[in-house]
Amino acid sequence: MAQTAPPSPNPHSAEAFAQGAASEQERPNRDRLKRAALREGVSVSVLSVPALLLVFFGLILPCGWLLLLSFVGADGSLSWENYQRMIDSPSYYRIFVTTFQISLLTTLICVALGYPLAYVITLLPKSLVALALLAVLLPFWTSMLVRTYAWLVILQNNGVINSMLIRNGIIDAPIALVHNFTGTLIGTAHIMLPFLVLPLYNAMRSIDRGLILAAANLGASPTVRFWTVYFPLTLPGLIAGALLVFVLSLGFYITPAILGGGRVIMAAMRIQSSVALYANWGAASAIAAVLLLATIVFLLISLWLSRHVFGSRGR
Amino acid sequence: MSKDEPKFTNSEGGLRAPALPIDLRNVTKTYGKLTALDNVSLEIGAGEFLSLLGPSGSGKTTLLMVIAGFIRPDHGALVVGGRDMVVQPPHKRDLGMVFQNYALFPNMSVAGNVGYPLRLRRVPAREAAERTEKALEMVRLGGYGERSIDALSGGQRQRVALARAIVFEPRILLMDEPLSALDKQLREQMQIEIRRIHDELGITTIYVTHDQREALTMSDRIAVIDHGRFMQVDTPRALYDQPLNRFVASFIGESNFLPATLSSGKPYFGDMPLRMTRPVPEGASHQLMVRPEKLRIVQDGAPEGDFHNRFPATTRQVVFQGDSALVYAILADGSEVSMRLPSRAGSGTALPEPGQSVTLGLHEDDTVLVAE
Repeated sequence: MAQTAPPSPNPHSAEAFAQGAASEQERPNRDRLKRAALREGVSVSVLSVPALLLVFFGLILPCGWLLLLSFVGADGSLSWENYQRMIDSPSYYRIFVTTFQISLLTTLICVALGYPLAYVITLLPKSLVALALLAVLLPFWTSMLVRTYAWLVILQNNGVINSMLIRNGIIDAPIALVHNFTGTLIGTAHIMLPFLVLPLYNAMRSIDRGLILAAANLGASPTVRFWTVYFPLTLPGLIAGALLVFVLSLGFYITPAILGGGRVIMAAMRIQSSVALYANWGAASAIAAVLLLATIVFLLISLWLSRHVFGSRGR
Repeated sequence: MSKDEPKFTNSEGGLRAPALPIDLRNVTKTYGKLTALDNVSLEIGAGEFLSLLGPSGSGKTTLLMVIAGFIRPDHGALVVGGRDMVVQPPHKRDLGMVFQNYALFPNMSVAGNVGYPLRLRRVPAREAAERTEKALEMVRLGGYGERSIDALSGGQRQRVALARAIVFEPRILLMDEPLSALDKQLREQMQIEIRRIHDELGITTIYVTHDQREALTMSDRIAVIDHGRFMQVDTPRALYDQPLNRFVASFIGESNFLPATLSSGKPYFGDMPLRMTRPVPEGASHQLMVRPEKLRIVQDGAPEGDFHNRFPATTRQVVFQGDSALVYAILADGSEVSMRLPSRAGSGTALPEPGQSVTLGLHEDDTVLVAE
C-alpha cells in the first residue's frame, strides 16, 4: 500500500472490500428499512385483530360473565352462597368425585386400548395405514347421539351382548352393562379413543426405526428397548392424547346422561339441571367455575410432571 | 425383563479382549426375485480394517445387517471367533455399530447415549462414568457429556455415535456409511480419526461405503461388491493398480478402456503388440485399462525409456484443473483417452495445444488388461 496507486476500478478487489467495511458512517437506506419493518409489524397486528376480537367476545367475556354470575345470590346481591352450598351439600362433592373418576378411568382405558392400536398402525404398510386411520376416524363422522344410542341397543338387558350370552348358556340372567358406571365408561371410552390414538400415532410415526436397531445392537433385549428408548419417545404424544381425553371427559354430558341412566351424575349434567330445571344461573356458574379451576390445576400439575419427571434427560 | 437379559463378560479395566476374525461362508439373501447377497464368502482377519465398497443397491448394507443380526440370511454361516452366530439375535452379538444417521437417542444426553451399553451390562456407575468419559476423550469430545444431542453439530453427533459403539469394548466394529452426511472437509478429517481409533483399539472393523476414495484412504483391504457378489477383494494398492475386471477398474479411480485382443496369449491393441508385466485375468474378452495419470507425452525419436507402449494421438481439448491438467486425445483407431498431466514447472512436458499431434507413452507395469 506504499504506492500511491489510483483506486482500483474493480469493486470486488481486496482493496475495495476493505474500504467498504471500514466506512461504517455510510449506512444507505437505514431509515427506509426501519420504516419497512414497522409497516410489516403493523400489518401483521391488523391481520390478527379479528381473531383476538373473537377470543375476547367468544371466550373471555362469557367466562368472566359466568364467574361474575357465580357470585350472585338468589336475591340478586353479591354473595358466597353458591360456593357455600357446594361445600355444605355432600351431593356436590359426590358429583365432582364421579366426574374425575369417569374421566380418569376413561383416560386409562383409552391408553390401554389406544397404545397398542397406534403401535400396530405404525407397523402397517402404507396402503393399509390410510384404511386403519379411516377406521379410527369413522365414528367421528357419526353423531355422538347416534353412537350413544347404538351402545344402548348393544348393552341393554335384551340387547345384543346379553341375549347372545344367554342363548349360549354362558349366563342365566342378563348382566347390567348399561344405566350404570360400566355403561358410561364403555360409551365414553369409545367416543374418546380417537383423541388418544391420533396424537400418539403421530408421535410414534416420527420415531426413527434406527434407534430401536441401535438399542438392540448395544445389547438391549426387546423389553429393555421398549422401556428405555421407544416408550420415552412416545411420551409427549401419549401425554398430549391423554390430557385431551381427560379434559374432554370432564365436560361429558350426552353419553353419561343416556348410558348412566340417571345413576351416574357428572358435573355437566348438574349444570344442565341447575339451569334448565331450577333456572339457577348462580349455582350452575359456580359448578362450572370450580370445574374449570380444577381442570386448570390438573393440567398445570401434568405439565410440571411431564417436564420434570418424564422429560429428564440422561439419567 | 429377566429372561432375555443379555449376558456379557466385561473386560476388566485395562485388559482388552483380543480382536476376533470373522468368517462369512456362502451367505445368500433373496427378496422375492431380487438377490441381495449371492452366495458370498469372505474371511476377515482379526484386527483388520475391511471396507465393503459398492454402488447403492449392491448388497453391501445387507451384508453388514446380516453381520449385525438385523437381517436373517436364507442360508450361510457367520463364524466369529470360532462360533457360528448366524441365529443369534442382535442384542446378544456384542458388536459395536455406527449407523448412517447416527441413531443417537434424543431422550438422553451425550453421556446417557455413550453410557447406555454400559448400563445394560450392569457396569458399576462410577466405572461406567469413567469409561464414558474415556470414550468421549478418544473421539475428542471430552467434557461434552452433559450436552443434549440437539445441541451437537453433525460431526459431533458422528463422534458420539462412534464413542457409543466402542465404549463397551466390542471386538468387532461395524460402520454403515458413517460419514456420508458430513461435508467434504470434515469427512476427510474423520477418515483419519476413525483409522487412528481403529489402530489404537486394534478392533476388527467392517466399513460400508460407496465412496471409493474413502475406502482407499482407510482400509487394509477392500471388498468391491456389485449385484450381491464380490467383484474383487484386495488391498487398495492392488485394486487400483491391477483391477481384475472392468467394474472394479471403473468404480475405483478414473480409467480409460481401449479395445484389446488376445492372440495366442499375447495382448494387442489393434495390430500393435502390448508389452506388459502383469498377468492377464481370466475372462472371455478383455480391454486395455489406462489410468489418466499413467499416460505421458513422449518425444518422437526419444529413447524408449520405460514407456514401451506408444500410441500416436491428436489432442482434442486441454482443461486446466489447478493441481493438474486434463488432456483429451484421440487415438489412431478413433477412441478417446483422457490423460492427467501435472501442472508444475519442469515436469518435462509443457501442456500441449489442442489439435497437436503427440505420442502417448505407457509404462509396461501400468499396462493392465481387465476382463469385460
